[in-house]
Amino acid sequence: MSAATGPEPAGHLHINWTRCDGRGICTELLPSLLIRDDWGYPLAADPELAEKSRIPFGRASERDVADAVALCPRLALTVLRPR
Amino acid sequence: MDEALWAFGRASGAVSLALFTLSVVLGILVRSGRPLLVLPRFAVTLVHRNVALFALIFLGLHVGTLMLDPYAQLRLVDVVVPFLGAVKPFWQGLGTVALDLAAAVVATSLLRRRLGPGIFRAVHWLTYVLWPVALLHAVGNGTDGTSKWFLLLALAAAAAVGGAGLWRLSPRFLESARLRQEEAS
Amino acid sequence: MTISPASAAFRGTNAAAPEGNNRLFAAGAYANYRSHLLTYGPAGTGYATAGLLELLEASGLTGRGGAGFAAWRKAAATAAARGRFGGGPVVIANGAEGEPLSFKDRTLLHHAPHLVLDGLLAAADALAASRVYLYTAASNLPPVRQAIGERPEAGRIRLVEAPDTFISGEASAVVNAIESGSATPVDRIGRLTEHGFKGRPTLVQNVETLAHLGLIARFGPDWFRSAGTERDPGTRLVSVSGDVPAEQVLEVAGETPLVDVLRAAGADPSALSGVLVGGFHGRWVDPGNLLLSAAGPAQEIVRPGAGVVFALGSHRCGLAETARIAAYLATQSAGKCGPCRFGLPALSATLDRLAYGGADPALLPELRRLQSMVAGRGSCHHPDGTVQLTASALAVFADDVDRHLAGYCNRKELLS
Repeated sequence: MSAATGPEPAGHLHINWTRCDGRGICTELLPSLLIRDDWGYPLAADPELAEKSRIPFGRASERDVADAVALCPRLALTVLRPR
Repeated sequence: MDEALWAFGRASGAVSLALFTLSVVLGILVRSGRPLLVLPRFAVTLVHRNVALFALIFLGLHVGTLMLDPYAQLRLVDVVVPFLGAVKPFWQGLGTVALDLAAAVVATSLLRRRLGPGIFRAVHWLTYVLWPVALLHAVGNGTDGTSKWFLLLALAAAAAVGGAGLWRLSPRFLESARLRQEEAS
Repeated sequence: MTISPASAAFRGTNAAAPEGNNRLFAAGAYANYRSHLLTYGPAGTGYATAGLLELLEASGLTGRGGAGFAAWRKAAATAAARGRFGGGPVVIANGAEGEPLSFKDRTLLHHAPHLVLDGLLAAADALAASRVYLYTAASNLPPVRQAIGERPEAGRIRLVEAPDTFISGEASAVVNAIESGSATPVDRIGRLTEHGFKGRPTLVQNVETLAHLGLIARFGPDWFRSAGTERDPGTRLVSVSGDVPAEQVLEVAGETPLVDVLRAAGADPSALSGVLVGGFHGRWVDPGNLLLSAAGPAQEIVRPGAGVVFALGSHRCGLAETARIAAYLATQSAGKCGPCRFGLPALSATLDRLAYGGADPALLPELRRLQSMVAGRGSCHHPDGTVQLTASALAVFADDVDRHLAGYCNRKELLS
């Protein structure tokens, strides 16, 4: 579990790679969660993260996550909630 | 009162066109994936959307006031179906076409998440038709449409959208073009 | 000896459970329906299909297509999703075998198609499937079509041709291919067993897995477990290739030592640079004492993946071989996901420089950086599999890496 998000993430940000075009909006809004790779695609900032298409985030990031999902030009982001 | 409606109807049309022009240019900038000076990418997206929203508000005022206006003789059917108008039916009809296209673009934008990116994008491309049609409508139908000052403004707007369009077609348009060129074959 | 070459046909005179490890090819080469029935007896006798899920669970059968997932779990998840999600379940036999080093599914479909049909029909009956598909390359369709023609109850099976691409057999690509004709992976949040083909619960099983299932339905889980071990029961088909006297398909018991597989194929395990196990998405190993097994402690076993064992002679350079494979895998990216589309060519180019090029100490950290950048960032496991392959090459051929970084290669296959 990532130190940045605490023991219990509020949710996970799922990246649909077949849609993602690396336009950089999510990486601007969520600099603590996502950086950009060599080609501009979002990359989990935490290198230890096990699942790199399913980024855990904490309560503090809720609003920024919602903005990133709403503003993604390719609709590539989905929030997954714990069941 | 009628004079005020008439004047406001015309002015709101011109403002709407100006805002649409700005929105189209910003939309092309959004597609490039680049930030604008101090504005980050997400802010450029938000400005694009908000400018479009204001353009729509003025478009609504433009159509609404002219429906109340006795000179324009605009009927409800003319708002939806083009080329049936009593006055300058062709030029007025272009405005109706633009309005219909704008309605389609707005509807698909609001329902983007439900429709998926494919339909959204396909309909969004209609703005490249919408904008020149709206400009022609302004020049051909507007009372001042062929006046020197308006033509100059229209020319400036056309230059802005045309320039942005040419940039859109250039090979280095995308911010990621340089990063992704070596490996892509 | 735990190995029996599949080509050595055992022809039973009266139907009985096959003994030993020659199970899937017990009816002999190009078995028609008659010799199939003579060897194995009619399908479904002895064990009712109603209890197939319980039989599968007791058998411990794992998937033979690559992931090695417990067969009963997938079937049970599909059964549980019935009714909860729209439409009747769909069962798909996956015989795409896009893996270039694998030919065991092809061999199975040509020589024992009826076992696959038995398993496919038994699974379809147990799940009350609304649609049944068999998906495989064009070259495998004639024997399957002929086998279907020999038995009326198989008429419900619809055949779909798989394109000749590496990822055509990836489960979501299989469903996409049947649904839309495009054999490319799609992004999934849920599981195929719940939302697969047109949103219906969908079971995608490898054709060999289904062949075993057909035998388990006949002879039961205890018979299945009479080969192999407690944690890796039954037999599996292995495609052995590379520096061996003859490429062949072997049927081996669970937890067979890798060196025994190599020796059975005529290779001398001590005269090898390394062995690639599992396929192009598998890993390089030094055979040592490793057991070929779907389960067990990581240091004792190597997962068979798609059942590929590729021997690399000691005269050949593992880094050069891996660079060639990585270059192929880069071309086989569907190009749908950016990190795979751009990351695999970058990884391949860097590996090329290490294998054939300059002694640049920066190459190794760059390779590791690219590997961690690409892994896990796609809608299918193509980038992950490529990373696993290249990472295992750096570990198993560590001495070669050092030599290459010093500017030479001591394999006969020299740096150019």
